[in-house]
This record gives sequence, structure tokens and C-alpha cells, in this order.
Amino acid sequence: MSVEATVAPPLANPAEAGGGGSDLRLESVTKRFGSFTAVDDLTLTIPAGSFFALLGPSGCGKTTTLRMVAGLEEPSTGDVYLGDQRITSLRPYKRPVNTVFQNYALFPHLSVADNIAFGLKRQGRKGVDSEVTRMLELVELVGYAERRPAQLSGGQQQRVALARALVNSPQVLLLDEPLGALDLKLRRQMQIELKGIQTEVGLTFVHVTHDQEEAMTMADTVAVMHGGVIEQMGAPTDLYDNPATTFVANFLGQSNLVEGEIRTADGDELTVAVQGTTIRVPAERARVRSGKVWVGVRPEKVVVHAEAADAEVTNSLPRGTVSDVSYSGVSTQYLVRMPWDQELTVFEQNTGARPLLRTGDQVDLRWRPQHTFVLDAAQDASAGVQDAKVGV
Amino acid sequence: MTALTRAPRGNGAEHRTPSRGRRSWTGYLLLLPGALWLALFFAVPIGSLISTSLYDPSGTLETGYRMAFELGNYTDAIRTYATEIWRSLWYAGLATVFALLLGYPLAYAIAFKAGRWKNLLLVLVIAPFFTSFLIRTLSWKLILADNGVVVDTLNFLHLPIPNGRLLDTSVAVVTGLTYNFLPFMVLPLYASLEKIDHRLIEAAGDLYASPFQGFRKVTLPLSMPGVVAGTLLTFIPAAGDFINKELLGSPQQTMIGNRIQGLFESGSYPAAAALSVTLMVLIVVMVIAYIRRAGTEDLL
Repeated sequence: MSVEATVAPPLANPAEAGGGGSDLRLESVTKRFGSFTAVDDLTLTIPAGSFFALLGPSGCGKTTTLRMVAGLEEPSTGDVYLGDQRITSLRPYKRPVNTVFQNYALFPHLSVADNIAFGLKRQGRKGVDSEVTRMLELVELVGYAERRPAQLSGGQQQRVALARALVNSPQVLLLDEPLGALDLKLRRQMQIELKGIQTEVGLTFVHVTHDQEEAMTMADTVAVMHGGVIEQMGAPTDLYDNPATTFVANFLGQSNLVEGEIRTADGDELTVAVQGTTIRVPAERARVRSGKVWVGVRPEKVVVHAEAADAEVTNSLPRGTVSDVSYSGVSTQYLVRMPWDQELTVFEQNTGARPLLRTGDQVDLRWRPQHTFVLDAAQDASAGVQDAKVGV
Repeated sequence: MTALTRAPRGNGAEHRTPSRGRRSWTGYLLLLPGALWLALFFAVPIGSLISTSLYDPSGTLETGYRMAFELGNYTDAIRTYATEIWRSLWYAGLATVFALLLGYPLAYAIAFKAGRWKNLLLVLVIAPFFTSFLIRTLSWKLILADNGVVVDTLNFLHLPIPNGRLLDTSVAVVTGLTYNFLPFMVLPLYASLEKIDHRLIEAAGDLYASPFQGFRKVTLPLSMPGVVAGTLLTFIPAAGDFINKELLGSPQQTMIGNRIQGLFESGSYPAAAALSVTLMVLIVVMVIAYIRRAGTEDLL
């Protein structure tokens, strides 16, 4: 199923069912299960028509948030609004919101066509058959209308689940780990297709996932959730390039975090003392302005070959020893043990310009000041590391 | 599976044949005890029953019976006992409907709403089996008696009772049948309801189905295997039952089971056998028609 093909059949009129758009707003929403607080005082606005991802490890409250929007859970305190309408306590079947469930929850006793028609029939809509046909074309399952869900592959079931929700032209489409049950290759393909369909129909998609790559690939805005609160929210590039917390730095990709102490904070550049050297950071990339900090840089921003250093690559941590080399075709990951006995990670594209480093080679780590970020040292430097591993 | 079991045996074709042979024999060996049991205690008696139903009806216990291929036994039995046949099917049908109406909400509550009380409630459903069928039916005789608790209560509330009594009426017999076979309705219903993925019901709600619509379009169709099993397990034994009429009814409630019992006792073996076979055939035909119908989605 190619991208063009999924995008090609135009939806009749996404705006007709209110797709023209209402923002989804959560105001101070808290959800407690007994003594456990799943979602803690969450305030969030999701603009109409956006592709929004809630990203976090399992148990971070993202699914609970989604279920409160769907009406499957009621907030302990706080309110949910769709446009101007308060929908906090509205029963799920009265909300213009549909869900693509984790593991799909397709009705096993109904055919593919009847599954897709289910929502339309309950609403008493006209022209159900033609809508169903249009959806089958959109998800490229024409000819599968009379099959039962059990006769479909995982990817096909996923598309039926999507069609079953999408056919209702909801104001908000909720996706709960929609690709979690698919294998890697199919997942990548469906990511592109989902994004294409969202662009095509123009509905608000709220996508819950623990897969950071999936969130970054598809969403306009990613909110990283941890412990029931949003740690950071923004465009994928902002989140990745300028993480606000150690959790985000580690959960979204990998980070090298080194202890430091701020020396000067005048003007638009800070200087930080790190293990006897001075690291420069643009002021807007520093979350704190004084005291002890974590100095961070992404592994692929670091260069290890001395001759690669141009005039702008001025930050440097000298005298590391390569302790591990993992070659993966496209790139190579080096672990470099620093004199203060910390291992830092470096990714290098295998351009073939230079031979690979070998274990035991002495290297200096260099990067540009604008790739540096500075976080409060009060945070745990390993927050999110395990979660990210489990997540991927 | 096959590949896995064969792998360590090496490559010789001569090794495969015995291994395959042994595997296919295992199935038959496992079938053997059950098959022997059925042959001895089902196939042989059925054969004997059918042949008895074709004996010369003029035979008695004293003079003995003679095979005459007398199909007239069937026409006689059906003609003479048509009323009881229909009454049995009618009572069994009523009892099945009442058991379903009582049993479905009960099974639903146990499966979805009982929480930690689930196991206790299931034990309570099965609890009546700890006492004999006869004793339980006899207790109903007390409950429905002329000065029993039900009649007294209805009188106190000035609710009319036709003919002034419950015992020895069709109400009592159907009540007894419903009561006695209720667990056979509840257990299969519970088993199929309990298997339903709760997310499907959530999905129905998410797709604009009100709780009632969700029940009708998702829960009920998915519990149909339980409904079919429960109704069969109730209807079939209820149609052939004679205890409930014996203890709770009067001659006006005579069911086919009572007739068969009476004929056997009076030595009219051919007539009794013909009546038994007729009842069996009727039930088998009805069950096949029912399963066929329930198997299609058009049912709902």
C-alpha cells in the first residue's frame, strides 16, 4: 500500500462533521486510582487539525489521559473541553471522538464492512454503504469487506480499526499504541500512511505511544509524559535538540550528560567548567544560569576525528579512550571512556572518509557550542534511560 | 511440530513411518475407553430400544415379545399420546424461556459485575447439586403447598390464584422444571459471557452505541454459543422429565416421560419404546433446526 494511494482518494468533506475544528483542552485534569495518581494536574491544549503525540514509558499516564478524552474514564478533578463544550462527564457514545484501540478491539462476529459501518449505523446516518466502500478504498482493503477480522493479518486488522474510527469523521481521533502489535517494517510503513491520512482528512489525531521514533516521525507536536505530568512539549526537533529535563534527554534519543558548574552567565553565552575544561553554551539553551549543572550533547553531534574540527567546533573534552566499537552499517557507535571514568557515546556516519577507530585509540570529543544544552544538576542523570530501552 | 519431533531421529525414512504410525494410533487409543463405554451403554441400548419399538404389541411379560416390524406402534403412540407430547414440548419450552430470562441476567452479573464475589456466586449456582434432585423437588412441594409460603403471600396481597391453588397445576410443574434446570442454563451462559473481551464493549461505546445497543449488537451476539448450549441443556432434559409432574403436578399435567414410565411399568414395552424413540427423534430434529438457525447471524 503506497503512500500516494492512501492519500489519493479524497474524503467527501472532513469539515462536515465538525472537522473544521474545535481545540481539545484539558484543564487541571487529575486522575487517581486509589492512592495512585495516574495523571497529575494536567493542562493541555491540542489545536484542531494537529497530529499530537503523547509519548512516555508505560505507566506514565498517557493511556489514562487518552481514555479520559474518549470518556472511558472520568477525571477525579479537572475538566475536558472540546471547543466550548465541557465533555468531562459526557458518556463515550455521546462524544464526537473515536478511538483506534490497542490490539484494535475489532468485533469478531462482524465482517470487515460491518465493523466499519458500526458507528455510522448507531448514529443512524444515511449512505452507510458508500461511506464504507470509500473507507475500504482509503485503507486499501477493497475485496476484504466480507471477511471476518480473524481472517486478516495484523496490518490489515490495524487498517480496519483505523477505518472503523475514521469513517465517523470524529472531531478528535484517538490512537492508543496503534502500531504496537505490528512488526518493525510494517510499523514504519503504517507510520507514513497514518501521517498521510491525517494530512488528507485534516482531523485532530491524538496518538499515544511509547516509541519515541514513532512519535517524532508522525506528530507535529510531541508531549513527553512521565509520572503523570508532561515533562516537555513541542515540535519534535525542539524536543530533541533542546531537551528541558534529563528524562527527555534520555528518553527521546540518547544524550551524553557530564557534570559541570557554571562559571559566567553574561550576555548571550554561558561558560561552564567541565572536568578542567571550559564549555561554551548559548544562553537560550541553558535551563539554569548558575551552580552545578548537567552539560549535555547528543551522540551524533560529537566528532572524534581531530581533522574534522573546523573553526566552529570549539567545545572539547580531551583525552578519551575508545572502549567499544559497534558497527551497524549506516553508522558506528563508539563508547569513549573519559579520564574521570565516565563512558560517553558518539555516533558517526560511515561515510568511508576515514577508517574506523579501534578500541584503545585516544580521541578528543568535540562539538559546536550551539549543540550543547544545560540542565539542572538536581535531576537524576539516568532518568528515562531504562524506560527508553524498554520502550524501543 | 512434526519436524520438531522427527528431527532428533535422524534422516532415515524407515524411522518416520513407525513414528507417524504411533502418533495416529495414540488418537484411537485415547478414543477407545469412551468408545467402548458408549457402545456398551448407548449404542446397544438404543438398538435394543428401536427393535423393541417394532415388536408385536400383543406380547406381554408372560407370553414374551416377537419381532414383527410393527410400525403401527409408532402411529398408535403418536395418535394416543399427541396431547402429552405437545404438553411436554410446551412445558420444556416455557421452562427454557424462563430459565433463560432468569439465568442471563444472573450469568451477566456474575461475569461482569461480581468482582471478588464471582467465585462465591458460582459456587452458589452449583450448590443445589449437593442435594438430590428428588429432595429439591419435594421441597418445592412444600413451598407451593396450599398453605405454603407462596400461596399465603399471594393471598395476603389479594393477588388472584386461578383455582385457588398452585400445587398440582401446570404453574407448579413449569416452576419445578425451571428451577431444576436453571444451573444448566447459567453455567454455559457464564462461560461464554466471561470470555468476552471487555474492550469490545468499550469499543462499542466509543462507536456511538448506547449501553443497550452495545449489549444487543456486541455482548448478546458474542454470548450466543452460551445461549444455545444453555437452552439445549435445559430443553432436552426438561422435555423428557417426569419427576416434576410426579411431585408437583396432577394427572392433567401428565408429560410424555410419565407416559413412558407408565407403559414400561405395565409391561407395554413396544408402545413405551415407540414413544421413547418418537420423543428422541422429535428432539433431535428440533435441536438440529435450532442450531442451524442460531448459527446464522440472521437470528439477531
